[in-house]
Amino acid sequence: MKTEDLVALLSTNLEPADRSAAVRTLGLAAGAGVVVALGIAVFGLGVRSDFATTRALIFLAVKLAFAIAIVGLAIVYLAKLMRPGGERNISAFLIIAPFLVIMFLAAISLGSAPRAHWDRMIAGDEWLECLLSIPIIAIVPFACSIWAVRKGAPTNLVRAGALAGLVAGGVSAIGYALHCTDDSLPFIAVWYGGTIVLCTLAGAALGPRLLRW
Amino acid sequence: MMTDEIELKALMLASQEGDAAAHRMLLDRLSSRLRAYYKGKLARIGKAGAEAEDLVQEAVLAIHLKRGTYDPGEPLTPWVYAIARYKLIDFLRRSRASRMDVPIEEADEVMARDDHDAAESSYDIKRLMERLTKNMRCAVEAVKLDGLSTAEAAKRCGLSESGVKINVHRGLKRLAALIAQENVQ
Repeated sequence: MKTEDLVALLSTNLEPADRSAAVRTLGLAAGAGVVVALGIAVFGLGVRSDFATTRALIFLAVKLAFAIAIVGLAIVYLAKLMRPGGERNISAFLIIAPFLVIMFLAAISLGSAPRAHWDRMIAGDEWLECLLSIPIIAIVPFACSIWAVRKGAPTNLVRAGALAGLVAGGVSAIGYALHCTDDSLPFIAVWYGGTIVLCTLAGAALGPRLLRW
Repeated sequence: MMTDEIELKALMLASQEGDAAAHRMLLDRLSSRLRAYYKGKLARIGKAGAEAEDLVQEAVLAIHLKRGTYDPGEPLTPWVYAIARYKLIDFLRRSRASRMDVPIEEADEVMARDDHDAAESSYDIKRLMERLTKNMRCAVEAVKLDGLSTAEAAKRCGLSESGVKINVHRGLKRLAALIAQENVQ
């Protein structure tokens, strides 16, 4: 085939391009992921029973703020990474800001508590449940964000995969927060933060295979 | 170099709006630059010109299919360079030609030279078209090869007008995927 024939073919009856399609799809995918994660939390795991107490509400708010900050920042960066060359001019620093903030708060919280309480503050009652739930709930949101990123044209597949995993982990944590009754900052930093990082690493590993175009 | 960027960007913006003549001119001008870029890269690992043409066509198809991802607020050259380099790396990985590293250069490199000495690629569009589904093949043939309007194509293929548009888009995507498979050796 001659290149000029290909060019002629592609130019015949050209349709306008949809510039906002990729970003719109990403928003849609994140929204769908949130619905799935909330659905699993509400109908599968069950919402925490002490929902109405002030302490529960405060910690729910902290968990949600942490997860929503991660998802929001990750979506902004992922929207850039979905475009060819989007990995230029991106500094990863802002992305880790929510993690730094929660670790800082966790350190203060540990510092002001007696050493004897540390184990319990970090491990909580249900660390294993958290360790398993967040990655498992993240599976469907991850599929959603990969589907969205494939509508774009990422040229750094490891990074785009990692960000898709980060979105999914954050979305999953939004759902899991409704169920989780472990209320301590070190617990959130270690188990929420850790599992979300795990999701990000899984995304980075899968990105090159799933996102090729 | 600067005038290139300005002219090509103007063509790209018009092409995003659906201006076929601008799109054709854009792809023509980019293909001669891509040809020079790929010939230079492949020469370094001892590959011939026909393979450069395969790569040019892969990149042209990618630029066409992904043109919606170009953000008018950004310069065009780095966008083209990112696609050109991505397709080169993908090609090298697929053909296992070498473990050559493709360093990140200045994006301008992709616009540096023209090469109008086009060989034919190894792709046979007719043969590739046979591997599309019936609806995709009919829609692509009617709209893209025979230049029929969407309404005429819909009548010929027995599809709705939106069905024709979807099948043209999916058909071109499928062609790009088939082309990418061709080079696996």
